[in-house]
Amino acid sequence: MNAPLMQDAALAAGETQGAPLAAIEPAASWRAAAQRAMEVAAQHADSVDREARFPTEAFDVLRRERLLSAMVPQRFGGAGLSLADVATICETLAHGCASTAMVYAMHQIQVASIEEHGSGTPWHEALLERLVSEQLLFASATSEETIGGAMRTSACAVEVEGERFRIEKLAPTISYGAQADAILVTARRNAEAAASDQVMIVTLREQTTLEKRGMWDSMGMRGTCSEGFRLIANGDATQILPTPFSEIADQTMLPVSHTLWSAVWTGVASDAVNRAKAFFRAQARAKPGSVPPAGMRLAQATGLLQMMQARLAVALDAARTAHNAKHGANQADLPLSALLGFASDMNTLKTSISSTALQVVQEVLMIVGMAGYKNGTDYSVGRHLRDLYSAPLMINNDRIAQNTASLLLAQRPAAPGGV
Amino acid sequence: MKTALRRILSESARLDVPPDTLADDADLYAAGLSSLATVHLMLAIEDEFGIEIPDRMLTRRLFSSIDSLAAAVTELQQAKAAV
Repeated sequence: MNAPLMQDAALAAGETQGAPLAAIEPAASWRAAAQRAMEVAAQHADSVDREARFPTEAFDVLRRERLLSAMVPQRFGGAGLSLADVATICETLAHGCASTAMVYAMHQIQVASIEEHGSGTPWHEALLERLVSEQLLFASATSEETIGGAMRTSACAVEVEGERFRIEKLAPTISYGAQADAILVTARRNAEAAASDQVMIVTLREQTTLEKRGMWDSMGMRGTCSEGFRLIANGDATQILPTPFSEIADQTMLPVSHTLWSAVWTGVASDAVNRAKAFFRAQARAKPGSVPPAGMRLAQATGLLQMMQARLAVALDAARTAHNAKHGANQADLPLSALLGFASDMNTLKTSISSTALQVVQEVLMIVGMAGYKNGTDYSVGRHLRDLYSAPLMINNDRIAQNTASLLLAQRPAAPGGV
Repeated sequence: MKTALRRILSESARLDVPPDTLADDADLYAAGLSSLATVHLMLAIEDEFGIEIPDRMLTRRLFSSIDSLAAAVTELQQAKAAV
């Protein structure tokens, strides 16, 4: 645990002003770095939101602090942070700017996919090393026109000729596609393959042409720049991840995205609750000796937020257990009920955190009243609410609930004496 | 039994290829069996053969081929008859 952090501190020492602090207190170096990035993100959050632009300033700091490679294992030069640590970074960033935190979370989902399914292939290992040295930003193109958000099927197919591949895809959204250094693209394995027989290709910016087809003028999460593109890329066939996409999705993308998204939403809700607490204190100060009427709502919102934090902690534990089980045993003999149970656990994490986060911020708005409804005050929560309205829609909660219900059909009563 | 299993596969499993073209030992996951589809497949098999597949038998391996499904159904039917 200490070694990667020391290394992190040493790497940071050469480049950042915050390094002396990090060197004195190595155990907290990535936390302090995330805090510094959050502060910059917070300064620019309103302008990012107003102009629907990429949070460039925050990402300059994230790069300088080397946080884009936080999850890359030490053997490739990264900090080797755990999923739980990265979730903490996401939550911290979300205190300042939800778009920054969400882009960071989406980037880490791609990093985890390459790390877990590309380790062992030289091209992908070299890319992880480049990610560390150049602090690259990774995006993904999983949705497709005519298919929509059902990412487990593709219409486009990768063409492989000799040692080269070519892919063309009409993607209705590629979040921060224009800012990304690499894009992970799903496609059918070949022109004859079924819609669900997919692979994932890592394409580099210099190999990829993006023709912008759609704007991102949205209610919230305006800084993710989730524009539509026609993507055309050529490259070496070894850039295609060897694992079928169905496995990458089940084992990595789904659990990592649901936990990191949940961390982002928890962070947004927690910043709103902090605003409500500040407002409540100011109210109480103005009338010493009495508890303002919004007190009950604040207690309610705080209780809900604590439930979200506890739920997220349980999910991070479950993810670690599932990850260890996967590496320790033959996949074929793992109990299916554990696999399906884990999948439904991750589903309910996403649906419950996304809806509770909105509930919390609605409570906050009732507490702070017009001061929260107005933009530009210390208690504004309009952006928080608008950002969080995306949460139940990013893979629609109704679709996830239907999927969860199917998974529950497979759960059998525990054997007598079992838990 | 394998004819019934093929019919159930075509009704519940939403494979990429018609189950009639699959060999008894063909890999069903390679044919596009998703983890969600295994749930519906399991319920259809339980209904068809009047059995309940216990937790200990529920692994990816069970659903890996028509052969392994048939072996499990036979085992459970025999266990039921012996009671």
